[in-house]
Amino acid sequence: MAATLSDSDRRMLDGRDGRAARLAMSVVSRMAEVLGAAELMDVSQAHIDGCGLLSEAGLEFAETLAAEGAKVCIPTTLNMGPLDLKNWRSFGVPEDFADKAVRQAKAYEQMGCIPTWTCAPYQGYLTPRFGQQIAWGESNAVCYANSVLGARTNRYGDYIDICAAITGRVPRCGLHLAENRRGEILLRLVDIDPDLWRDESSYAALGHLIGPKVGDKIPVIEGLPPAAGGDQLKALGAAAASSGAVAMFHALGITPEANTAKQAFAGRRPRQIIDIRPADMSAARADLSTAGEGDKLDEVVLGCPHFSFDEFRRLAELLQAQAAETFHRQVTFTVITSRASLALVRQSNFFDVIEAFGVRITLDTCLFHTPLVCPETKVIMTNSGKCAYYAPGELNVQVAFGTMADCVRSAIRGRVCQEATA
Amino acid sequence: MSRILAGKAIIAGSAEGLALVSGQPLSFWGGYCPKTGEIIDRRHERSGAIGAGRVFVFPTGRGSSTSSAILLESIRAGTAPAAVVNLKTDPILALGAIVADELYGRSVPMVILSENDFFSICEGDRVAIGPDGTVTVDGSQGRPPAARDS
Repeated sequence: MAATLSDSDRRMLDGRDGRAARLAMSVVSRMAEVLGAAELMDVSQAHIDGCGLLSEAGLEFAETLAAEGAKVCIPTTLNMGPLDLKNWRSFGVPEDFADKAVRQAKAYEQMGCIPTWTCAPYQGYLTPRFGQQIAWGESNAVCYANSVLGARTNRYGDYIDICAAITGRVPRCGLHLAENRRGEILLRLVDIDPDLWRDESSYAALGHLIGPKVGDKIPVIEGLPPAAGGDQLKALGAAAASSGAVAMFHALGITPEANTAKQAFAGRRPRQIIDIRPADMSAARADLSTAGEGDKLDEVVLGCPHFSFDEFRRLAELLQAQAAETFHRQVTFTVITSRASLALVRQSNFFDVIEAFGVRITLDTCLFHTPLVCPETKVIMTNSGKCAYYAPGELNVQVAFGTMADCVRSAIRGRVCQEATA
Repeated sequence: MSRILAGKAIIAGSAEGLALVSGQPLSFWGGYCPKTGEIIDRRHERSGAIGAGRVFVFPTGRGSSTSSAILLESIRAGTAPAAVVNLKTDPILALGAIVADELYGRSVPMVILSENDFFSICEGDRVAIGPDGTVTVDGSQGRPPAARDS
């Protein structure tokens, strides 16, 4: 059944606010029908994922809207794009790809979007507040916004995100409504060595494990340490949103809608209880690696989602602790981050350590959306569950998953070594 | 004998093709190549299969919010499935189909079936989708739910 539209929704749909608003409202209202929403609702902030992938159709869509004079009507940040807009020449990106990527970036900026170019918008500019109704794209950002910030968004796919930003409207349903945010499945962490939680790769492994177990249900995780911070929960959510369709999780005593089990489940009983034991965690780690111990390593990729200031700090500490002064000559060590984080890191007292070691830093983009990994690359290593999940299919490489310390050691030796997690 | 299944049209339209069947959800981004129409999620049970022109029968979409972009691009490039039959609507895939309709005036019909009907479609069956969501299946006799693939 078609959703009931307000007068201003109707005006946009009828084309009285121009062709761009008509197209945007048509997409939003048709999606309301698909979702079974009775009406639309206001959102006060948007984050655009559709600017990330470069495709002929995506470029045509953005340029069509921009040419029609479309403007966003709410503050709107941009996810990573298909290009390191400043430094793409040093990464050997083909000219024609770069030309189109720049055109796409311009179209989104012309519509009034803020050029944040990051997949970790929650660690940068314009972080949403608790309870704020927002329209965010990018599965990891959606998961973080709902779970860690307590802002409210559904998983907005590419192209409805900009439509929501132009109209300020979304279908009223799903995670925008309190009743759909309660936990459904209890995940108990049983007999897991507390030391494991000191490394973010354990959070990524846990996320990878959770995805297929819960699908699109909301899990309540019991047993994570109260000290779990933003970077850890970022790793968890990104992995769970890759291996499953997790748009929200609760972590008891950690996330803002889960101070108690009663609050997390809204007074109901969990539909299902799943125990997660050390063997499950080891299996999840193993499942994330397609390359083996000792394999020749070509590239390390960190920063999926984008590296934060604090992750750079930990990387610098690890590099300083090594006897070596640089990486193995065959290994490229790449860190992907945002303009905002790099601007801070450049002012830190550890930036020279990172530079001196030969870390290659790239901005604004994602290794899956820009030709960053060269065709000769056979084996990459990462501490990201999301990166490890997608790399074999997207980049046609073998992937080794390990801790950040494993990644550093492996890059120095030129071979995959996962001793820190053995 | 053909069988007629009553589906719910999520994206209305007509299409016909041979069934490509999977019991596993798929993320189109990272899972479907818009250049070739190949399933490229190397962890997926149908990795390597070509979805272009097929009636793709799989439980639901999953993962990335970029899947709508991949479906849109594959519709533009002519590498999309002829139709999609799911157990559960994936709004992200439906979105790709809607944007394709808005931008190019063509799309991929999407239908939801009940569990029994969904699992009765076998690989290689000839499947036709009607604009009202009916699914006509030629080929297998259908299998009882107990005999379905895991």
